[in-house]
Order: sequence, then C-alpha cells, then structure tokens
Amino acid sequence: MEEKILDLLAEICEDDIVKEDLKTELFQSGLLDSLGFAEFLAGIEEECSIVIAPSEVTREEMDTPEKILNLVKSKC
Amino acid sequence: MSFYEGLSFFICLFLFLIPAVILGIMEKKMGHYTLAVSLVFIVLVFGHSPGQFLYLLLFYGWSYLVVRGYAAVRAKNGRNQKQYYLFLAAMLLPLILCKLSPLFHMNIFGFTGISYMSFRSIQMVIEIYDGIILEVPLLEFSGFLLFFPSISSGPIDRSRRFHDDWMRILPRAEYLDMLAEGIFKLLLGLVYKLALGTQLYTLLTICEQSMGRRDAPWYFAAGYAWLYGFYLFFDFAGYSLMAVGTAYILGVRLPDNFRAPFRSLDIKEFWDRWHITLSHWFRDFLFTRFIMKCSKKKWFSTRLNRACAGFIVNMGVMGLWHGVTPSYILYGLYHGILLSATEVYQKKSGFYKKYKNRKLYKAVSWLLTINLVIFGFFIFSGKFLELLTA
Repeated sequence: MEEKILDLLAEICEDDIVKEDLKTELFQSGLLDSLGFAEFLAGIEEECSIVIAPSEVTREEMDTPEKILNLVKSKC
Repeated sequence: MSFYEGLSFFICLFLFLIPAVILGIMEKKMGHYTLAVSLVFIVLVFGHSPGQFLYLLLFYGWSYLVVRGYAAVRAKNGRNQKQYYLFLAAMLLPLILCKLSPLFHMNIFGFTGISYMSFRSIQMVIEIYDGIILEVPLLEFSGFLLFFPSISSGPIDRSRRFHDDWMRILPRAEYLDMLAEGIFKLLLGLVYKLALGTQLYTLLTICEQSMGRRDAPWYFAAGYAWLYGFYLFFDFAGYSLMAVGTAYILGVRLPDNFRAPFRSLDIKEFWDRWHITLSHWFRDFLFTRFIMKCSKKKWFSTRLNRACAGFIVNMGVMGLWHGVTPSYILYGLYHGILLSATEVYQKKSGFYKKYKNRKLYKAVSWLLTINLVIFGFFIFSGKFLELLTA
C-alpha cells in the first residue's frame, strides 16, 4: 500500500526523490502543483479506493510524502 | 446605508464592535453576539429596499432547507450521485436565476451579496457529499451564512474553518493580538479604499473623458488600463482588508484576499495572490474536481491537455460568474488561455527550465506578467470591447 502511494506520487511529480526522502517539500519545491495534486487524489481513489476530498485538507497538511502517508493510513 | 461606505456605517460599526471587544477581553464566546449584529446590519443596509430584503430572507431560508435537507438525505443514503446533483442544482438555482434574469430584462434574486452567500452555501452541499460536514446546526449555519463583515463581497470563508472559531473561546492574550491586528487591517483598508482608491478613481474619470474623444491618442487607453488596474486593486483590497479586520475584532480569522498581486512572476502566481479566496474556492470546488473526473474517466489523451481544458473551464465559469456579458466571458477565457499557455510553456520549454532562476529572466517575466494582467483588467472594465466595436 505504502509503496503503491509513493509510486503514484513519484509518477506525478516525475521525480524519484519523493520516494527516497519522505520529508521533501512538495509544494514549495514545485514538485507538486494544483494539477498534480488533483491527479494524485484521483489516483489514490482509483488504486486504493481511498477518498480524500480536495477541500478536506490544507496544502500545509499534505506538503511532504510522510504527511501524505500518515493521512492515507488514518483513512484506512 | 451601505457596507464600508459613509460615516453612518462606520459609526454603527464602531458602536457594535465595542461590546464584542469587551466579550473578547472577558474570554466569552462571541458567536451569538456576532449573529445578532449581523441581523442588525442586514436590517440597516437592506431596510430601505424591501425587495432586496425579501430576496435575502428567501435565499437564507432556501439555503437552510437545501443544506440541512441534503445533510439528512446524505446521512441516510450515503454517497448517492443523483441526489447530490439534485441538491447541488437546487443550491445553484438562486444564483443562476440572478445571473440570467437580466438577459430577459428581469431581476430575480437581485440583492447585494447573493454571489458571496451562494459560495458559502454551495461549498457546504459539496462538502456534505464529500462526507466532511455531518451536521448543520441552525445558529452556526446562520452565523456563517449571514456573517456581516464579508456578506457583500467576501472574502469567502469555509464553514469548517468558521466552525473552529465559532466553538473556540480565545485566551485573552491571543484575542488581544487579533484585536490589534484587526484594527491595523481595518485602518490600512480605509487608507487603501478611501484615500488611494478614491484618488485613482478621480484620475480614472479624467482619463475616461479624454479617451472618449474621437481623435484621442492610444496612450489614453493604456493610461486608463493601468489606472483601472490599480484602482481595482486598492478599492477591492481595501474593502477586503476592512472585512478581514472587522472579522478579527469579532474573533473570526477570515482569510486574506490579496498578497501583493503585482509582484507575480507569472499568471499562475498572480491567481495565488489576487482575490485569493475566490481563486482557491474555484480551485477546490471546480478545477480539482474537473481534473479528477477527467483523470478517472480518461477524457483527455495527456495530462497537459487535461490541464488546459481544466484551466479554460475553470476561468470561463469564473468569468460567467462575474456576469453574463461579453466582456466578463472574454476576461475569463483570456485568463484560462493564459494559464494554459503558461502551463504548456513551463512543462515543455527547455529554455524555461534552464533560465527560470536567473535575475534577468525573472525581471522580463515580471514585466510581461504585469502587462498581461493589466490588459486583462482592461477587458474586465468593458472598455476593450467598447473600443473594438466603436
């Protein structure tokens, strides 16, 4: 599960650094923008059947791979 | 009386804020008092136009029925898409009637604030479907929907964020900080709107008269566009600051609406700095959902195509929301196309990737952006199409 999410994230960010360093800043570094964020939400809904609403969490609550993993885990 | 205009409004505001400050300092809840003051201001502002007043009451009742009703239906039947679309359409109806009725020389639901109140109630229906709003208590709903500081023109708050302020009692030290910040924002807003905005408006009218002459040289139009852009900023940012400042004094952390928009280095950054609560509302409730839908249904061949479609739909709807006129629609499409072009350029261009951090590149990018933005305001003002068709 964890691996699946990180793979998806790496594919959208087009950079494997998000798998290697879980504390990478996603929005500030420009790896993820509004578009990638939307693609990511659609992806985890499709692949892991976990629904996160676009307005549910702020950008700050999802700005590192680590925070994303924790959030997704809390939803399982 | 109008919101944030004229001496009588500010005197009333001052008088009604004094008890709020006392409540805040005594560490008492302010929500119910604020709701009462909201009702008083609604009567004071809309009292002289019974038509608007009745439409507002009707809208309020309708919103409560739809939002509360949908919460009950959602709790019973879960995520049912058909029911969701039905309630969403019901919640959009007053706004759509208001925007379309002028085309038929009618005025349905025409009252100050219907747009901004609609944003507040529409998002609640959407978030109930998402399962992140479960309950709609009447008093809190009323406090949120009728919150007077931002009722006429925003900033657009979120009900779940508002909920935290509604429930929480601020420690005295924290409230005093907020109070100081609120007073500062209120005063800064006054300077923006009354001092700078009004001055720019005077210059703008002079420029407009010169522009109207038959042999007027082109630079009057350019001058008009620049003056109009800065007038719009100081007028609207000033108003927004006053609304946020007032909310702070009432213990509500209404989000900021502007963050030095003319410093933007590209159009995407501009929409993160200009009328922020509106563009973030559209991002969360339209753009992201449109992209998610396309992504799941595999509607476009590439991510880039999806993004471009998303930007154009998003900004097109935003243009329409301003009003169903050629200038507003063109304004929306113009920004949709600019955002798409920026996206394609930044994703595809090696030149961009190589030079984007250079000082000279940034300077040129800034200059181009501000000119594109000002031209956008020129379209928005209606003068562009007027000149074209003259």
